[in-house]
Amino acid sequence: MSPIAKRKRTKFSIPSKYLLLLLTFVCIVLMAVTFFTDYSATPLNKLVGYVIVPFQNGVSRIGTWLSVRVDELGELRIVLEENQKLKEKVDELTAQNTQLQQDKYELNNLRELYKLDEQYSGYEKVGARIIARDSGNWFHSFTIDKGSDDGLAMDMNVIAGGGLVGRIVEIGTNWSKVTAVISDNSNVSGMVLASSDFLMVRGSLELMADGVIRFEQLTDSAGKVQIGDKVVTSSISDKYLPSILIGYITEINQDSNNITKSGKITPAVDFEHLDEVLVILETKQQIAD
Amino acid sequence: MKRNIILFFVVITGFVLQTTLFQALSFGNISPNILIIITASYGFMFGKHYGMTVGFICGLLTDIFYGDVLGFYALVYLYIGAANGFFHSIFFQEDIKLPLLLIAISDFCYSFVCYVLLYLLRCRFHIVFYLKNVIVPEMVYTIFVTVFLYPCILLLNWTRADTGYHSQQER
Repeated sequence: MSPIAKRKRTKFSIPSKYLLLLLTFVCIVLMAVTFFTDYSATPLNKLVGYVIVPFQNGVSRIGTWLSVRVDELGELRIVLEENQKLKEKVDELTAQNTQLQQDKYELNNLRELYKLDEQYSGYEKVGARIIARDSGNWFHSFTIDKGSDDGLAMDMNVIAGGGLVGRIVEIGTNWSKVTAVISDNSNVSGMVLASSDFLMVRGSLELMADGVIRFEQLTDSAGKVQIGDKVVTSSISDKYLPSILIGYITEINQDSNNITKSGKITPAVDFEHLDEVLVILETKQQIAD
Repeated sequence: MKRNIILFFVVITGFVLQTTLFQALSFGNISPNILIIITASYGFMFGKHYGMTVGFICGLLTDIFYGDVLGFYALVYLYIGAANGFFHSIFFQEDIKLPLLLIAISDFCYSFVCYVLLYLLRCRFHIVFYLKNVIVPEMVYTIFVTVFLYPCILLLNWTRADTGYHSQQER
C-alpha cells in the first residue's frame, strides 16, 4: 500500500511527546502560580469538594459503623472477664480514693494558678469528623468534613482531647485540610508553661513512630525547665492561639552551641486514634484586632 | 468512550479508597499507594497517552487535597505514567510479572523523588532511615495490594481487540 492511499485518521490526536511537554508546562505554571502568589486553587477546591468528599464521607461512615460493630462483638467476651477483675479493683480503689481527695484539693489550687481551663472554654468551638487521611506516607495531614460553609476559615486551630492537633491549611466549601503538629513540615512556636521560656516545636517523621515530637531553640539560661513540664503554644505565634496545650517534655539535651537546648515532647493528643476534633472558630488575627 | 468512563471511576474510587480504607489498613503508619498502581497500569496497558493523562489527574487530585504546591505531584505522576507507557509494546494481558515489576519500580521512584524533593532539600539526611521506614515498606505493601488490585483493573478493561502487542499480532 502506498503512503498516499493510506486512510487519513479521522480522530485528532497529539503526539505523546508534545502532550508530555504540554502537561509538564501546565504543572510548572501551576507550581509557579501557587508558589509566587496567594492563589490557592479555590475553584478546584470547590469542584473536588462536590465530586470526592461525598464519597469519602460515605466510605468513612460505613467504615466507622463496621468497626464499631466488630469492636462490640469482640468486647463482649473481654467485658465479662474484666467485670471479675474490676470488682477486685473497686476495693483497692476505695482506699486510693481517699488519698486522691487530698491531691484534688492541691490540683484545684494549681489550676487556679494556671487558668488554662478558662482560656479554652472562652473560645467558640465546632466539632468535626475526620473523613480521610493524607494519601502519601510522608506527611501527617487529614481532611475533616466541615468547610467554609460551616464558618471555618484558613489558619483556624484544631484541638482534640484538650491538646493542640494542628491548624487548617486548605479549605473548600464542605471540607478542610488540617496539618498536624507532628507532621514533618509543621513548626509551632511554643512556651514552657512553668518558666515561660520560648521554644520551637518541630514535627519529625523520624520520631513519629515513637509518638514524640522534637523541640528546638529552647533558651533556658536558668536551667529551670525539667522533664514533665507542660509546653503550650506561645503568645508570639502568629497562627496559633496562646496557651493551648501541646504536650509534656520527655527529654532535654544541651545543644552543642551550649546556649540553646533541644529535646522531645510527648503530645497531649493521641494522633493514632484521632477520630473527631474540635475547631476553634477564632483565628489569631481576629483576636489581635 | 467506554474506557474513559471506566478510567474516571477507577481514578475516583482509587483516590477515595486510598484516603479512607487503606489509611485504616495501614501497617505501622505505612499505607499502599493505589494511585501509582492505577497510573502505572494504565501506562503499560494503553500506552503513553493514557499513562500521562491518568498520572496527571491522579497527581492533581493529590495536589488539591494534600499538596502544598499545586502541580508538584501532578508532575511526578505524569512522568511515571509516561515512563510506563514505553513498556506498552512488551505488555501481555496474561503476564503478571511485568506489571508487578513495573509497579514496584514506579513506586520506588515515586517515593525516592518525594524524599529528595520534600525531605532532602530540607536537610533531612538520614536516607537509610527513610529507606527502611517509608520507601521500602511502602513498596512491599503496594506490591502486595497490586496482586489483588491489578487483576480487577485488567478485568475492567479486558478487550480482545485493543490491548497489547500480543493481540495486535493475532489480528
